[in-house]
Amino acid sequence: MKKSVRFRLNGHPVALDTDDRRTLLWVLRDDLNLTGTKYGCGEGVCGACTVAVDGTAVRSCQTTVAAVEGKSVVTIEGLEHDGKLHPLQQAFIEHNGFQCGYCTSGMLMNAWALLQKQPHPSRSAIVDEMNANLCRCGAHQRILAAIEQASKAGGAR
Amino acid sequence: MPSVGKNIPHDSAVGHVSGESVYIDDMAPLRGELIVDFVWSPVAHGRIRGIDLEAARALPGIAGLFTYRDLHHNLFGAIIQDEFLLAEDVVSFIGHPIVVIAAESRAAIRAAKAAITIDIEELEPVFTIDEAKKRGLFIGKTMTIQRGDVTSAFASAKNILEGTFVNGGQDHFYLESQAALAVPGEFDQLTVHSSTQNPSEVQDVIAHLLGLPINKVVVVTKRMGGGFGGKECQATHPAAIAALVAHKLKRPARIAYGKDDDMCVTGGRHPFQNDYKVAFDDDGVITAAQIDFYSDGGAFADLSTSVLGRALTHADNAYYLPNALIRGTVCRLNYPPNTAFRGFGGPQGIATIETILEEIAVVLKKDPLEIRRRNCYGIDERNTTPYGQVVRNNHLPHLFDQIAERGDYHERVAQVASFNAASRTHLRGIACTAVKFGISFNTKFLNQANALVNVYLDGSVQVSTGATEMGQGVNTKIRQIVADEFGIDAERVQLMATSTEKNNNTSATAASSGADLNGGAAADACRKIRTRMAGVAAEYFERVAGIEQSADEIIFENGDVFDRRNFAQRVPFPALVKMCHLERVSVGERGFYSTQGLDWDADKGCGAPFLYFTQGTAISEVEIDRFTGMMDVRRIDMLMDIGKPINPGIDRGQITGAFIQGMGWLTNEEMRYDAKGNLLSHSPTTYKIPNIQDLPPVFNVDWIDAENPLNIRSSKAVGEPPLVLAISVWMAVKNALSYLSGGTIPKLYAPATGEEILMRMTEYRHAARGADAREVAAPQM
Repeated sequence: MKKSVRFRLNGHPVALDTDDRRTLLWVLRDDLNLTGTKYGCGEGVCGACTVAVDGTAVRSCQTTVAAVEGKSVVTIEGLEHDGKLHPLQQAFIEHNGFQCGYCTSGMLMNAWALLQKQPHPSRSAIVDEMNANLCRCGAHQRILAAIEQASKAGGAR
Repeated sequence: MPSVGKNIPHDSAVGHVSGESVYIDDMAPLRGELIVDFVWSPVAHGRIRGIDLEAARALPGIAGLFTYRDLHHNLFGAIIQDEFLLAEDVVSFIGHPIVVIAAESRAAIRAAKAAITIDIEELEPVFTIDEAKKRGLFIGKTMTIQRGDVTSAFASAKNILEGTFVNGGQDHFYLESQAALAVPGEFDQLTVHSSTQNPSEVQDVIAHLLGLPINKVVVVTKRMGGGFGGKECQATHPAAIAALVAHKLKRPARIAYGKDDDMCVTGGRHPFQNDYKVAFDDDGVITAAQIDFYSDGGAFADLSTSVLGRALTHADNAYYLPNALIRGTVCRLNYPPNTAFRGFGGPQGIATIETILEEIAVVLKKDPLEIRRRNCYGIDERNTTPYGQVVRNNHLPHLFDQIAERGDYHERVAQVASFNAASRTHLRGIACTAVKFGISFNTKFLNQANALVNVYLDGSVQVSTGATEMGQGVNTKIRQIVADEFGIDAERVQLMATSTEKNNNTSATAASSGADLNGGAAADACRKIRTRMAGVAAEYFERVAGIEQSADEIIFENGDVFDRRNFAQRVPFPALVKMCHLERVSVGERGFYSTQGLDWDADKGCGAPFLYFTQGTAISEVEIDRFTGMMDVRRIDMLMDIGKPINPGIDRGQITGAFIQGMGWLTNEEMRYDAKGNLLSHSPTTYKIPNIQDLPPVFNVDWIDAENPLNIRSSKAVGEPPLVLAISVWMAVKNALSYLSGGTIPKLYAPATGEEILMRMTEYRHAARGADAREVAAPQM
């Protein structure tokens, strides 16, 4: 059933009339044209669809738009600031923290949410958190190195 | 400054981290676009008695329903044409597409799937290699590689060992599932955006199935969200299905598999079951080896015969087999057709001979590395493969000796032994294995590539090749090669989406050869352009500086062009491009490359199928929980010969990534089926690929300093070979079990899941207690 849903998306207010049981993933992709958030497994396991809701990493394929009503959603498209990449994005580039790139948005969003809460996490805290995201290309070592670098450089902005 | 050899970032780096990189399903919807899906066979083997589409046809939002009758041809196949895109009277695997649905919405697709009824009479399926062998269900011919006389070598052997190596399959698990978008054009033209490693094959098959000339179809591949071989042949099916809809309904049609569907309907790495018999002397030197390979090809041929060929040509791996009889047969089973998967049969061949060497060590109670070193190919002697190719530029002895030293092998073997003597809760194992991976497609004609290089008036360059980008960095490497040919910054070179419109009749980006072949073709195009530009430059330098004209003296370097006899007089590259344009000299070119010196007779199993070998060694150490079977990798050391890397950072990523993927295949990734042939492990909830926690605490990756003058910029192919070194992890588990097996050869199937390891340990525990080991259930493969 169509309902009016309002939330903040990457700092800007959004108002939609849609079936609020739809998942955030497909609303982002199909209605709001933000395709940086990827569909991976559709079961909340692979992490490719990770976005931040009020600073916490969630699986957008398992989150209804009703659940983000009145909240603040940040997607991969929201990490850049004033046309500049976030230090975490920069660190992923410097360390080649990807190959095919399909898991990268989700990896970055999970890492970003981690650094929001814990600007300087230990290596084991990073591993515990990032274990939730799958990367088939096997870039794990570099992802870890990139997050550590971003953390040392000041953590989350 | 040359670009080759530098760690420039992946050419999609900014797009990947900003979310701007576009994959098929990210492309904006087109006017009138339809969603495409299909109904597949729910039974592994059966006869279709009837298909009722009437109820579905009447549903709102259904634009079209299609069966094999709507195709011009239905039969296709890359090597053997035995595959029906859409099932006709018989279904041969669960997942075999039967009815194509084109709809306005997902809801309409779901409704149609519920409304379509297909009446299938179940036939007896074949689910095991043994059963297929018994019934004589094979694909293609038995292949043989033979040298010397194994019969007399066995007759005079000091020691003989027999066994069977068994490995399971592997799902590619690319994060971006199969996808395609087909767009109809004028006069029966079609443009198909496909997440494929092989745009030309997609183009050929679509034209064939729809009854169109090939020139009516353009296939474009911007990038893939992972391929790993899974999109070499099997990206064709979704692309052809979308193309059928677009062609029939004259509307754009998009298909994107869901993850579970993708895992169910596509094939993966081939399970093998290989029987071996080897003769060896008391020092462990092999005198004869007979290996009979049997692979599970699934229902249709796909690339299975070629995969088998690579298994056979890798049955020697790093080791000299003076007398060898290596045979292989593909079995036809009622599973989805198995296909290319990084390594392409090589890993199964190599795992078999590595198992043999490990077992010889157990029999002789000697160190396995010592046995491997003794059998290793020599530099000047004992250096011919069973198929007759000489192993040139052989670094294997050095790689073995170096890895043993760098990895403190002998100290750690002693530590493992003392740990196992002391610990009642945990068990450790260590193993060193090698790889010698033949580079070139086994099929000679595939070793060719073409490239299109266009230089624009501002000196910027576009390059199009048949190489497809799936994350491996082939575009970045070609960018570096082209930048150096013109002496310009890599930033000035743009790699374009792969398109059959720009590059015709290309080979799959596969066999680790993408950069070798397409880089070679791009360099050829650049050299042709450069030669013409040098002529214009020489004329110019004579005119302005009185330097005698000689195009051979013209240098392209650091963005400038000059005569080597007068460094001071320079023209910026863009200025020379403009000069050429005004002089009506072309600055665009097609390049071509074909690998020279290849000679392979598949029927006789002899010749030189490979241009060179990429080699390496690795040591892995594992620790097993004796109560649960859970295994952790404690340390990995890898050492490779990859020539002079074009981009060391990208190659390092390929090496670690390939190893981790290989480790997944051999440890936790298990394709589990029920008795009806349904895949049970069809999502990440039940299928476990390695994640960040599976990284060993110590993971050392290095390569030796070596040239490879046979290949572009002295580099070597690196995509697949490191995957094979993950056999060291599985072998370390086998080594750990040897501490429990009381001197007998420890049995271990691949993958060595926690369950498999626990069952093996339980067998030994029962045996040690004098219980009948047969009480322990045999593992399900």
